[in-house]
Amino acid sequence: MAYSEKLLDHFKKPKNVGTLDKDSKAVGTGLVGAPECGDVMRLQIEVDEASNVIKDAKFKTFGCGSAIASSSLATEWLKGKTVDEALAIDNMAIVEELALPPVKIHCSVLAEDAIKSAIADYRKKNGIAEEA
Amino acid sequence: MNSDKLIYLDNNATTPTDPRVVEAMLPYFTQHFGNAASRNHPFGWQAEKGVDTARQHIADLIEVDSREVIFTSGATEADNLAIKGVFEMYAQKGNHIITLKTEHKAVLDACKKVEKLGGEVTYLDVDREGMVDLKALEAAITDKTILVSIMFANNETGLIQPMKEIGEICARKGVLFMSDATQAVGKIPVNPKELGIHLMAFTGHKMYGPKGVGCLYVSRKNPRVKVTAQMDGGGHERGMRSGTLNVPGIVGFGEAARLAKLEMAEEAARLSKMRDRLESELMKIEEVYLNGSQAHRMPHVTNLSFKHVEGEGLMMTFNQNIGVSSGSACTSASLEPSYVLIALGLGDDLAHSSLRLSLGRFNTEEDIDAAIQQIGQGVQHMRDLSPIWEMYKEGIDLDAVEWSEH
Repeated sequence: MAYSEKLLDHFKKPKNVGTLDKDSKAVGTGLVGAPECGDVMRLQIEVDEASNVIKDAKFKTFGCGSAIASSSLATEWLKGKTVDEALAIDNMAIVEELALPPVKIHCSVLAEDAIKSAIADYRKKNGIAEEA
Repeated sequence: MNSDKLIYLDNNATTPTDPRVVEAMLPYFTQHFGNAASRNHPFGWQAEKGVDTARQHIADLIEVDSREVIFTSGATEADNLAIKGVFEMYAQKGNHIITLKTEHKAVLDACKKVEKLGGEVTYLDVDREGMVDLKALEAAITDKTILVSIMFANNETGLIQPMKEIGEICARKGVLFMSDATQAVGKIPVNPKELGIHLMAFTGHKMYGPKGVGCLYVSRKNPRVKVTAQMDGGGHERGMRSGTLNVPGIVGFGEAARLAKLEMAEEAARLSKMRDRLESELMKIEEVYLNGSQAHRMPHVTNLSFKHVEGEGLMMTFNQNIGVSSGSACTSASLEPSYVLIALGLGDDLAHSSLRLSLGRFNTEEDIDAAIQQIGQGVQHMRDLSPIWEMYKEGIDLDAVEWSEH
């Protein structure tokens, strides 16, 4: 199966690989997936408290090329967005951007879940109520 | 990616056709194009002669009578013909078939079909290496058992089953023994008569012959075995497989068999040396595990799991240069990891992390050097990206983590 150039680029030169201090109050960590399922994504955001803007995002992913590219793209999109804007990121936007084949759509879903999970963790740490 | 040479390490999927084989086939497309069943003119005679010679080469390779070689479109058809054909032919005697959980889908799905037709099938477990349990096999044979179907060598791990011992059990119990020997014939000595195998499927394209041609060996003596044809038509191949013979394909298959017999010993020695080097170099990487058996396996295959690295992702790091296979779910349509590796007792995580590297006639030491280097780099790239590798390195017990379902 042939992948898009964008996907291959994110896979070969992934952006924002790394680890933020998960104990910092400004950092939210999302860990989704399971090794038995063949993919695990850890996505972290660092939020500027005053402006509510995501100033840094990092990821590490165990998974196929599409999973790695989806998480790399997600971190790119997160930086500079407010937390509320980040929550609006839809998995189908990732599918479109990377031209994911149907069998790989679950990778984009996992990336969206990772974003939501990281934001939930950040909000929990800072006593911010989750929006209904 | 910078290398211009493509390296093929997926010879268990298919092999390139040997140029000498292609050369032998070519006259049978244009010059000797006749139908081998045309008995009344030279066009037919020439085609028939080509088929006869090929049949003899194949019979010589496995040391059987040429009349025991039934041509098919490939090993899948031969497996189907053997299993369904025995089930139909021996319906008076019984309806029970025994096979392994690690068989090829061609055998497993033919057995599933037999179950739908009212047959009973026992799917035996294998041990950690993929080996059949001979006691369990013997215990599973009942007075209704008509066939034991056990593959010679596994396509994913290269594990070789104890064929002689299985043959002895089948002989003692008076049941037929069928083997899918697709991965073994042409690579290692295979002699069904010595091993007590009564039906044996194999194919041209796994031994440097063309695709689309295979055969079923059917024993004619002690015992005389018959299978019910699964295709109706002109009654070719002693009534067991109708259809105009694929003459160029058969000629190529025969030439491939002739070359295999001549070159097998030397080739196996050369490939196993290269395989061992590839394997031992890759196993120097941390947390790499061998799947299958080191002692009982084909000379050209290794199956390794690179822990905390997903197989398809790993392949993507080098697959513009090197072709291999993985047991990862992401490489299959089913999204399930390899059922063969799961049957060996591997966790899903290790099955997702596996690569199968299968060498062939045209690989060189330079290929192996490149594979060692590029796979090693790929593993490094993937582990740098892997959160579970990081957790493992921090000493976190991954089994104790509560993973989220998805």
